[in-house]
Amino acid sequence: MSDELLAEEFEEAPPPGGPPQPQQHFASRFRGLTGAVAPLVTVVIAFLAGGLVVLVTGKNPVKVYHAVFNGTGLNWFFHIGSYHARIPFSTHKMWFPWNTASIAAGNLQQTLLLTTAIILCGLAVAFPFRCGMFNIGGQGQYLVGTYVAVWLGSSFVNLDPFVHVLLCVVAGSLLGAVWAGIAGLLKATVGAHEVISTIMLNWTAVWVGEYLFGQGGPLQGSNKSVPISNDIAAGAKLPVFWGLALLQGLSIGIFIALAVLVVYWLIINRTTLGFEVRAVGFNPEAARYGGISVARNYFLAMAIAGSFAGLAGALDITGWEYNLGQNDIPVNQIGFIGLAAALLGRNTAIGVGLSGLLFGALINGTSGRQLDPSIFRPDLAGNLTTIIQGLVILFVGLNLGAIWASIRRRRRRAT
Amino acid sequence: MADAPLLELRDISKRFPGVLANDHVDFDLRHGEVHALLGENGAGKSTLMNILYGLYTPDEGQILLNGTEIDLGSTKAAIEHGIGMVHQHFMLIPVMTVAENIVLATEPRRAGVLLDYDAARRRVRELSERYGLAVDPDARIDRITVGQQQRVEILKALYRGADVLILDEPTAVLTPQEAKELFEILRSLKSQGKSIVFISHKLNEVIEIADRITVMRRGVVVETVPARGATEEGLARMMVGREVLLRVDKKPAEPAEPLLEVEDVVVVDDRGLEAVRGVSFQVRAGEIVGIAGVDANGQSELIDAIAGLRHVKSGRIRVAGRDLTNGSARTAIDTGIGHIPEDRHRRGLVLPFTLTENLALHAYRVPPNSRRGFLNPGAMLARARRLLQVFDVRGGTPTTPAYALSGGNQQKVVLAREIDGDPKMLIAAQPTRGLDVGAIEFVHRRLVEQRDAGRAVLLVSLELEEILSLSDRILVMYEGRIVGEFPPSATEEELGFAMTGGRRGGAEAA
Repeated sequence: MSDELLAEEFEEAPPPGGPPQPQQHFASRFRGLTGAVAPLVTVVIAFLAGGLVVLVTGKNPVKVYHAVFNGTGLNWFFHIGSYHARIPFSTHKMWFPWNTASIAAGNLQQTLLLTTAIILCGLAVAFPFRCGMFNIGGQGQYLVGTYVAVWLGSSFVNLDPFVHVLLCVVAGSLLGAVWAGIAGLLKATVGAHEVISTIMLNWTAVWVGEYLFGQGGPLQGSNKSVPISNDIAAGAKLPVFWGLALLQGLSIGIFIALAVLVVYWLIINRTTLGFEVRAVGFNPEAARYGGISVARNYFLAMAIAGSFAGLAGALDITGWEYNLGQNDIPVNQIGFIGLAAALLGRNTAIGVGLSGLLFGALINGTSGRQLDPSIFRPDLAGNLTTIIQGLVILFVGLNLGAIWASIRRRRRRAT
Repeated sequence: MADAPLLELRDISKRFPGVLANDHVDFDLRHGEVHALLGENGAGKSTLMNILYGLYTPDEGQILLNGTEIDLGSTKAAIEHGIGMVHQHFMLIPVMTVAENIVLATEPRRAGVLLDYDAARRRVRELSERYGLAVDPDARIDRITVGQQQRVEILKALYRGADVLILDEPTAVLTPQEAKELFEILRSLKSQGKSIVFISHKLNEVIEIADRITVMRRGVVVETVPARGATEEGLARMMVGREVLLRVDKKPAEPAEPLLEVEDVVVVDDRGLEAVRGVSFQVRAGEIVGIAGVDANGQSELIDAIAGLRHVKSGRIRVAGRDLTNGSARTAIDTGIGHIPEDRHRRGLVLPFTLTENLALHAYRVPPNSRRGFLNPGAMLARARRLLQVFDVRGGTPTTPAYALSGGNQQKVVLAREIDGDPKMLIAAQPTRGLDVGAIEFVHRRLVEQRDAGRAVLLVSLELEEILSLSDRILVMYEGRIVGEFPPSATEEELGFAMTGGRRGGAEAA
């Protein structure tokens, strides 16, 4: 029986003297469970619907999904054997149960590179969400992070490598924070809605990039026949610890993203700032009454979120992209995929981490590079990702929990 | 014949997870009577009536109408059997007219598809004349008062042919004047043979309007008594299960130095109009000063200004000698103002927060609850455990979200937080709104305790009874001004006269 839902509809509060504690313990545990169940059901339904689309094209969905799975590189974990792996950043080798040089390993590196950026862009949505705001501007904040990383990375070539890469990454985060901070400041001071201002800032970022990296732009590279920047200096590149930097191996950016996940959890749950942010998010009027400055928290939440997205941009440049072309700017969608990841992950640290991996895998697995054309046309496969992503957002918006509650209510009335 | 029950609920039981909401309950309703169902929040009144209206299916028991068992699987079945319900929260469509709302779902039609608005208006007018429920059929719901909306709900039930009317806490949303009018309507309906179930937790009301009173407590019927001869004390005892002090027992005040000084304060409201127009008064340590007044005469804006939630246009506010004029809410808290806000859901609590977090809403920023920006969950939890025990908060643990508590227990949480901050002065704005007898007693005792501990207490309430029983001095506010000061021995009539602008200054009466 869905006890929690019944309890919610129970219009009278429990008797003041009654001992309803055991039931409440149960209810809260149940609630925690539904917190994970709804996103899982959402994903399953989205994949089933995607399978239906595959079926319509006359292909076998099971085969296609299997191929997609292999394309993600996640199959790497299932091939256990006896191998030797190079210890990162050394020439020594050690025994390892997985083959670190297989094709699957290469695929997995690609997936994790995407996951890095999606997690950070997801957190850029999740953090303001906890403060009652919807940051649509992750894309713009990401972009300005890439611009500044390219600029600093390709200048100052004589800098100490450690300082150089640190400079790029920190500056990328800072500019992202400034970019989002503009929207936060407008919200805090004149009440401009953050959805509108962040969308406008996205376009501002895109067009600034079009100018900077375009023909004759200040960041166009030495080859004046193409609108692409110079590569960043070797010292500005993040260390690649798995695979080859030339083949877009995996940089230590993934660890930075995971660390930021922990930082996010810590800020939200274990700091006075997080307490204030959550209070403002749930009930700004009660927060104000409690002596919390609502405006300050609006600004800070946006700025911190922007630093996450800006960091994602900087890590992508210093981790594997190394340069930026004018044509890359308008087609990049990573900020919006981060938005989907935050929604699916319900703005929790672990949820954003897992959905970041899901979306990273999905995009990589259905990319033309990974998917065998004889099983499914890769150009259609890319659409499959979009379909699944769209369905996920649709279902998250629909709130499966509420629908389920309503079905139950009707069924109960019928009996 | 008068004694033959029209409707009978026999041996009804309804169980919700962890709670037996109705435990073998018997209830009957006679022709042409008003039968009050009295009980604290959570006693099972609404559950029983929702069963009668077909919203819940009982686990056990029978429902008999005129002696034959009926099956109420849905509200539709209940309506077909002539049972109508007026909920506490109205089910009306704000942008439609009165007539449209009343005929909704069974509207008279023209040519099969078009609403015959003239016929609808005619029928509504017939009904409202017959039962003395004056409403304008063409008025839009969002343009009429709450009292009128309630009449529309009653008319809707009558239009659908209800002989039995269930009214769920109908006076909770009404002003005293509107409540009087409602009682007139109920008497008129009764005289025309309608039977009424009147759910309430207000003692004086049920004695006034009901013929019989059934008292429920924790899911069981305690007793059914005739209203004639029932006393408030006796009913309160049945409701709560122990003696309840309806009058607050307190020693004479020993006022000391002034802790709150308000001088010629002018405050504008959200529309930019002057809501407080030059108010001056003091509250001393060890006294309770009550501000009486009809709602929206500037009380809320005055409290906001003192608590640092609204700027003043002119004037001064000092607390314990410190100038707080136009200070922030945080300064007010730090200076030692405890504030029980008038709306605990909008302001007093962050409902999705746990009780631990709500109790720490001010104290989260000071040690031991946090150090250098990092929270100390252990200290917050220990504090919550202590406060929940001291203030006897029931129905939740420190990790329960605040929305899961009953109103009385939520208010205890607010009270615990504000008193534990060791304030110099305490603002209590409508501290017992929506609470039942037991919880009211608890809150009142705590406020007197605070006074006796040497704190200054500023009480703002719309309930004259509360003002009279708690205050050591009474100020009456009318249209943004203080129009009189009265001793606690003043009568409700005197206060009521001043509250409606009848007289400037109580001194003339003395």
